[in-house]
Amino acid sequence: MDKKKPKKVFVQGAIPPEKIAGSIANHQSKTNIGAHSIFLGQIRADEIEGKTVAAIDYSAYEEMAEKVFHEIRETAFSKFDITCAHIYHSLGTVKTGELCLFVFTSSAHRKIAIEACNYFVEEIKAKVPIFGKEIFEDETHQWKVNK
Amino acid sequence: MKIRLRYFGMIAESAGKNDEVLELNDGISAKELKARQIERFELPDPESVQIAVNQNLEEEVELKDGDEVAFLPPFAGG
Repeated sequence: MDKKKPKKVFVQGAIPPEKIAGSIANHQSKTNIGAHSIFLGQIRADEIEGKTVAAIDYSAYEEMAEKVFHEIRETAFSKFDITCAHIYHSLGTVKTGELCLFVFTSSAHRKIAIEACNYFVEEIKAKVPIFGKEIFEDETHQWKVNK
Repeated sequence: MKIRLRYFGMIAESAGKNDEVLELNDGISAKELKARQIERFELPDPESVQIAVNQNLEEEVELKDGDEVAFLPPFAGG
């Protein structure tokens, strides 16, 4: 796995569950791996002032986001002894119950894979210029802010 | 000098546009431009606005011709 090469992170719309299964299958030939850690972000049907979220419409400052994703990867590879790491994030509309973020880290041992996965998720939430418009069932909206 | 401004999320909504090119006098800092645009568009919650100059989060920098300044609302990835 070439960790230096920037990778395409954004996918249009929801991340299909099949992509997760496919990613797991792709790693079965890498027998130096002993542990995978996977984080999946799913759209929650929050209720805000009596209205229910139906979907989130994601947008991003894509050029900067790709750069920041790359920097997070570089730092993660220097901090953790991981074999590989994959990140996918949605752009556009993702409905409640669907997946918007997929982080997949692999290592020889579980602790490193889990810590690295957690690191990626926290860094992505804090540093990547991605914006989310929460669309309610009545088609009004508000802007999501990470806590 | 020409500066390209880009607006995202709720800021684009308030500005009514995603980008524009402004002709500015030399010597303006990113911070000054930020304050100016916050006032111009009456952006809500101005403390939450971050700006990126050529994709770097910084505002204590003097702008130069051809720079791209992005106005970023709070991040909401994941």
